[in-house]
Amino acid sequence: MTQTSASAPPTNVLIVGVGGQGVIMVSKVLAALCQRHGLQVKQSEVHGMAKRGGSVFSHVRFGEQVWSPIIPFGDADILVALEWAEGLRWLNCLKRDTGTFIADTQQIVPPVAFRDRRRGARSGYAPAAPAAILEMVGNGFALDATQIATGLGNPRFANTVLLGALATALPFPVDGWISVLKDMVPAATVIPNLQAFHAGRDWVESGSRPAEDTARPAGEGIAVTATFTHRLEITEAWCKGCDICVKMCPERCLRLNARRVAEVANPAACTACRRCEWLCPDFAIRVLTDAPLAAAAQ
Amino acid sequence: MTVVKKFLDQATLLDAASLESADQARPLTGNEAIARGAWEAGVRVAAAYPGTPSTEILESLARYPAEDIHAQWSTNEKVALDVAIGASFAGVRAMASMKHVGLNVAADALMSLTYIGVNGGLVIVVCDDPGIHSSQNEQDTRLLCRMAMVPCLEPSDAQEALDMTRFAFDLSERFDTPVIVRSTTRLSHTRSVVALGTREVPTGRTFREDPKKNVMIPAHARLKHPHLIEREQRLSGFFASSDLNRWEKADTAIGVITAGTPYTYIKEVLPTASVLKLVASYPLPIDLIQAFCQSVERVFVVEELEPAIETEIRAAGLDVFGKAFFPRTGEFSPEVVREAFENAGVLAPRAKVAPWPVQSPARPPVLCPGCPHTMSYMAIRALNARVAGDIGCYTLATIEPLRSIDTCVSMGSSIANAVGIAKAGTETKPIIATIGDSTFLHAGIPPLIDAVYNDANITVIILDNHITAMTGGQHHPGTGLTLRGETANRIDFEQMVRACGVTWVRRIDSYDVAEMYQTFREAASFKGVSVVISDRPCVIDPVRIKGPALAVNSDGCTACQSCMNLGCPALGWDDGLYDGHHKVKIDAALCIGCTLCAQICGSDCIQPAAR
Repeated sequence: MTQTSASAPPTNVLIVGVGGQGVIMVSKVLAALCQRHGLQVKQSEVHGMAKRGGSVFSHVRFGEQVWSPIIPFGDADILVALEWAEGLRWLNCLKRDTGTFIADTQQIVPPVAFRDRRRGARSGYAPAAPAAILEMVGNGFALDATQIATGLGNPRFANTVLLGALATALPFPVDGWISVLKDMVPAATVIPNLQAFHAGRDWVESGSRPAEDTARPAGEGIAVTATFTHRLEITEAWCKGCDICVKMCPERCLRLNARRVAEVANPAACTACRRCEWLCPDFAIRVLTDAPLAAAAQ
Repeated sequence: MTVVKKFLDQATLLDAASLESADQARPLTGNEAIARGAWEAGVRVAAAYPGTPSTEILESLARYPAEDIHAQWSTNEKVALDVAIGASFAGVRAMASMKHVGLNVAADALMSLTYIGVNGGLVIVVCDDPGIHSSQNEQDTRLLCRMAMVPCLEPSDAQEALDMTRFAFDLSERFDTPVIVRSTTRLSHTRSVVALGTREVPTGRTFREDPKKNVMIPAHARLKHPHLIEREQRLSGFFASSDLNRWEKADTAIGVITAGTPYTYIKEVLPTASVLKLVASYPLPIDLIQAFCQSVERVFVVEELEPAIETEIRAAGLDVFGKAFFPRTGEFSPEVVREAFENAGVLAPRAKVAPWPVQSPARPPVLCPGCPHTMSYMAIRALNARVAGDIGCYTLATIEPLRSIDTCVSMGSSIANAVGIAKAGTETKPIIATIGDSTFLHAGIPPLIDAVYNDANITVIILDNHITAMTGGQHHPGTGLTLRGETANRIDFEQMVRACGVTWVRRIDSYDVAEMYQTFREAASFKGVSVVISDRPCVIDPVRIKGPALAVNSDGCTACQSCMNLGCPALGWDDGLYDGHHKVKIDAALCIGCTLCAQICGSDCIQPAAR
């Protein structure tokens, strides 16, 4: 039973996003469609962390013969990203020159990006803008699917908008997509899902495809305040060791010393948020900065 | 932008109904296929404790009719296996499924079971997690199979998962042995089309009164041990002639011996090689392997994780290559296998393509908006305590901003770890163990009794979110519902803790910030074992909780960002600044209205959103 690989290599579609966006739904629709066309399909995902806002991906491979459930690195024919930065995370999985990149420009900023409390801090989330990426990839489509879906009544249909865009990149007839979609979405949402599907198709096929650049995430794009120095001044005689500042310091940089008086344990971590200054019932803490408050506030 | 055209000329669109009925084939994940195989084999009793990636096996089995099969969640994997053993004693086919580390818990029963053998066929499905997608280690179950002298079948795709699971029950009865079917995360969670069979239930067996077989006292066990060795030899001979092996004769320069999922990578990367794909990685059919080795010039053994097959083959005096080129850690993929063959000089190195210079921000998993664990850990962190953690969603409190867990070992370890820390006498901080409700029932009760018995000065915080959350929301004895969603006897944690001898017990609301700080402080100052039950349901399972969202009154926000210490995904930066610092806003779509941030806010600017 010699099996030499005479059959054509499978087509590889990598679908990525953030937990809860509907990555699995998109891949299930595609896999079901391929199966109805009599093709062999393997759809592989790793979940477990998916519900907890982590990065989610699903490999769909179809053809006459599919072996590995994982798409070899750099062999994805199509990369569908339900979130912009996730698209960039997996971009190098795409086949050079011939790969197609389809991405929602929607940006979901993870909480870890807002970890910096200092003045003029920048969020840790700053993916490259769509225009630059599309120019680099060559064969790419960046649409604000979430905006399109919101216009249709519910941002949750963004995944179906992308499914519509994906449909233009694959040779399956539209009827098949619609039939599978009807079978796989809840009965009450068939009509908006079909609208979303057509909206995604139309966006690609209308040909007018400006590289959409959505608004940057909140907190970005504002002027960075000049850095300044600051320090805490604790009047020991007034401190009664109530522990409020220690417990409430957002950066946890205060502690009570052996005499149960507040002191700064980690001055480098202090961001001069002034919380301790305001909460101290005994006015024992002052935050001194070399920039006057009024000038720094905008 | 059409990418593929080649398939569609001959293809006609089938509708869903005809597809399911016509050829009895449907897309199944590896786990669903295993469940189907067990159901077709006539399994009557199946038990498991949830654990990624094995959880869906029992969930799938529970979708078959209750009159066909009793499927249950057990309190832990050992209990699950013991239930299956009992069913086997009683003459029916039985199954237990678990993740790889679950087999450690069940190993005690397994090591005796292998001496006893079976009455009704008994199959243990164990799902390994190479790459550690969602586990605490990546141990290789095949080594435990070798230790238990239990045959280990290794399917490579969903079809084989069904076929081999079904076959495993026959094998079990034929050779009077438990059989392990080893899956991996990749197989368990890959969906492909599977041809189905029909269910056949063997009948006629009932309990066999045979103490020499069923009662493992030294006199009986001594008689049994030689049988195991003889059984190993018979199994080896049987596997040598099994038509579930595949010997694919091709290029005689390179031969590959493999089993399980790596087979699919071989076919992808090195389709010209001769391949011997083994149905079982233990015990090995050495004669068959020897014949294969003689038929090719250079032999590679390709297996994920440990060199289980390679070591055995080398011990038989055959010259093969394996871990010299293939990694012992992590999950395989086509590129891992390709790189190994490149390093071995079998494949020419591929031209390296310079990657596109793109960067993407980190996106670690986080606790959900409104997760009741959030405040527990924020309050625990304020205690400045030494915290022994455990296994569950709450292990995410290891990282900033909640960072408050010092240790995490295995299911139920937290309490006894805390006892040990206390008894070591080196710790000046309060000593706390945190453990989830399901984990507490799994393996937390004996150590709690131990703590009481030995009068350890520790505080145990039971994080009761009324579900097994990490694995996707499974019921347990504390939820009052069964695997099939039927009403069950419900365990009361407070009564149980008191019954274990704990005198200081409080149940508090996980959303009451002040009460939480106060209670934890009191508990930590109690000399002896104190237990706090932090009580709030999980916000996504069994029902998704969504209350009215809160909003930040931007005028009042002083940008202290204390609320951000919760690490809540619904909290982000506003466009406004205060004194150069970013103000905070709440994403109304994500916020479930738990009010934790509002309770923490020093300037009282977080209020219910205007509707």
